[in-house]
Amino acid sequence: MAAAVLGRAAGGARRWRALAVPRRGGAGLAVDDTVNGLSAEQRQLRQTMTKFCQEHLAPKAQQIDQENEFKGMRDFWKKLGELGVLGVTAPAEYGGSALGYLDHVLVMEEISRASASVGLSYGAHSNLCINQLVRNGNEAQKHKYLPKLISGEHIGALAMSEPNAGSDVVSMKLKADKKGDFFVLNGNKFWITNGPDADVLIVYAKTDMNAVPASQGITAFIVERGMPGFRTAQKLDKLGMRGSNTCELIFEDCKVPAENVLGTLSKGVYVLMSGLDLERLVLSGGPLGLMQAVLDHAIPYLHVREAFGQKIGHFQLMQGKMADMYTRLMACRQYVYNVAKACDQGHFNAKDCAGVILYSAECATQVALDGIQCLGGNGYINDYPMGRFLRDAKLYEIGAGTSEVRRLVIGRAFNATFK
Amino acid sequence: MAALRVLVGVKRVIDFAVKVRVAPGGAAVQTQGVKHSLNPFCEIALEEAVRLREAGAATEVVVATLGTKASQETLRTALAMGADRAVLAELAEGAAAGPREVAVALAALARRLQPQLVLLGKQAIDDDCNQTGQILAAILDWPQGTFASRVSLEPGAVQVQREVDGGLETLRLRLPAVLTADLRLNEPRYATLPNIMKAKKKPLEVVPAADLGVPAGPPRLRLLQLQEPPPRAGGEKVESVESLLGKLRHAGRI
Repeated sequence: MAAAVLGRAAGGARRWRALAVPRRGGAGLAVDDTVNGLSAEQRQLRQTMTKFCQEHLAPKAQQIDQENEFKGMRDFWKKLGELGVLGVTAPAEYGGSALGYLDHVLVMEEISRASASVGLSYGAHSNLCINQLVRNGNEAQKHKYLPKLISGEHIGALAMSEPNAGSDVVSMKLKADKKGDFFVLNGNKFWITNGPDADVLIVYAKTDMNAVPASQGITAFIVERGMPGFRTAQKLDKLGMRGSNTCELIFEDCKVPAENVLGTLSKGVYVLMSGLDLERLVLSGGPLGLMQAVLDHAIPYLHVREAFGQKIGHFQLMQGKMADMYTRLMACRQYVYNVAKACDQGHFNAKDCAGVILYSAECATQVALDGIQCLGGNGYINDYPMGRFLRDAKLYEIGAGTSEVRRLVIGRAFNATFK
Repeated sequence: MAALRVLVGVKRVIDFAVKVRVAPGGAAVQTQGVKHSLNPFCEIALEEAVRLREAGAATEVVVATLGTKASQETLRTALAMGADRAVLAELAEGAAAGPREVAVALAALARRLQPQLVLLGKQAIDDDCNQTGQILAAILDWPQGTFASRVSLEPGAVQVQREVDGGLETLRLRLPAVLTADLRLNEPRYATLPNIMKAKKKPLEVVPAADLGVPAGPPRLRLLQLQEPPPRAGGEKVESVESLLGKLRHAGRI
C-alpha cells in the first residue's frame, strides 16, 4: 500500500506514518453528518479540523496530559488563527469569520476529539474571552483587543470564580475601587483556564460591595498581562484537562484604566450570565468530541482484540456497550446542534443552553467509563488514552456551572412559567 | 497576461489513516461508513496549480473528478483549497471506473476546456495504479512529465524535475502537457474556514460521464480478488555468517 511506502519517505513527509494500529488510534470513525443535519460548509469545516487536529494535535495529546503542559501552544494558536477558527463568531472587520454557534461547536468538538484539554483552552479563548468582547465591547475595545486574539498572537481568558466563590459566583470578593481614571483591583480569582498564559483577561469584580441584591454590584473589566499589581500564581495540578493551564490570579492594587470597563458599570452580572448561556452551549462541543474519541478508540479495538476464539466486538455484551456509547453520543449531538442552530437564528434560552451541557457532560462521563471497560485491562493502563478521556470528561460536569447549578437553572425556568 | 488554464484531476479515496478491510466476497474493500478524503497526491497536484495561479503564472484552476455524487464533497474541498471552479463527471451509483475511464473523461474535458497544463497526482492510494496521467497523455498525444518534484512554467513550455536514483532528472516539455505530482512537490494547504465559505459561491458543474465518452459497463481493469497479506511469521537470529549460510541452504534459498 502506498501508505506504508510513504511512511519511509524523508522530508516533506509531514503526515505519512505507519499503518494505524488501534492502540495509537488512526483516522477515527466516519461521522454521519447527514443525520447530524450539517450544511456542506459545516461538513467541510469538520473535515478540515479533523485532518488538522489528527496531524498537529492528536500525536501530542498523551504527552500534553503526562507533562501537564502544552509546549507548542503559542505556535498552535497561530495555526488555529490561520485556519480562521479562533474568531468563529467575531465580525470580519476584526479578522473574524462571522459565522455561528454551530460552527463554533464543531470546531470545539474536533479539537476536543484530539485533545480535550487543548479544546478547553480553545473554548476559553474563543468563546469566554473573544465572544464576550464581541458581544459587550465598545468599538475602541474591540479594535484594540480582538485582532491579536483572533490571529492567535494573543491568548485570552476569563475570570469569575474565586477560592470561596464557585457556584455562588455572585458572592465574589474581588474588589474594584474607582480612583480617578483607574479602578484598583484587590483580591483573587481561582481555577482560571489559560490563566498562566493569557495576554488578555476578562475579569469580574465588585465595584459595589453594598449593592442589594449583591449581583448589581458586579462590573466586568478587561485586564492585560503586565498591568501593575496583577500576577498569576501556581499552575494547578488537576485530575484531568492537564495541559490546559489553570491557575490562581492575584490582584494587589492592580490599576486598570476606566476605559477597560466591559459593558456598563455595575451591570456586569448581565454580561456574566448571558455569557454563561453561550459558554455552556459552545463548551458542549467538548463532551461531544470526547465521546467521539472514545468511540474512535474503542470500536476498532473491539474488532481486533480476541478472546475465546473470536473478536470480542461480536459478543453481545460488547455489542450492547457499542450501542449504548453510540446512541448517547448521537442523542447529545442532535440536542446540542439544534440548540446551536436556534441560537444562530437569534433564539436564545437559558434552559436549553444549560440542558445541552448538563446532558452531554454526564453522558460523556458514562461513555468514557464504558470505553475503559471495553478495553478491559488495557483500558486501565496509561499507554491507552481511555483513562485520559474519563479524567477529561469529568471536568464538564463541574466547569461552566456544575451539574447541580444547571439543574437549578432548568427547574427555575419552569418555576418561572408557573408563577 | 495570456490565459493559462490548469486542469487538475482529483480522486475521492478511502482516507490514508483508515485500516482497510476486505469486504465479504473478497472482491472489494469495505467502503460503507468508512472515512473518505481527497487523494493525498491529488492534493499536492491541486496545491501546485493554486500556487501557479497565485504567482501569476496561471489564470484559472479547474478541478475535475470522475465519480458518483459523493465526489461532490471532494470537489468542494478542492474549491476550498483554492480551485476556481469544479466539474463532476458523474457516474451512476455503484458504477466503478479505472485509470482508462478517468483518462477518457479528462481527455474530453481537456478538449472542451483547452488547458495548457493538466496536473494529476502520480497515483491514487487505493489502487496505486500510477497509470491515469500516462494514459491521458497518450490519448491527447501531449508530452508527459511524471513524478514531478519541481515544476516551473516558461513561455510555451514547462520544466519538470523528478528524483531518480542518480539524482535529479529535468525535462522541458512543450505546452500543453500532462504532469503527475510526487510527494515532495509541495506541502498542501488546509482549507481554512474563510476559504470554505468563499468556495460556496464557486461553480460546480455536473456532467454525466457518458457525455464525456466514458463507456458504460464495467471498467477495463477488473478487480478479481483481494486478500489480506499473510501474517508476518517470526524471524530468526543467528550467531555467525556460517550459521546464516547453513540455514539459507537448508531452506533451499541458495
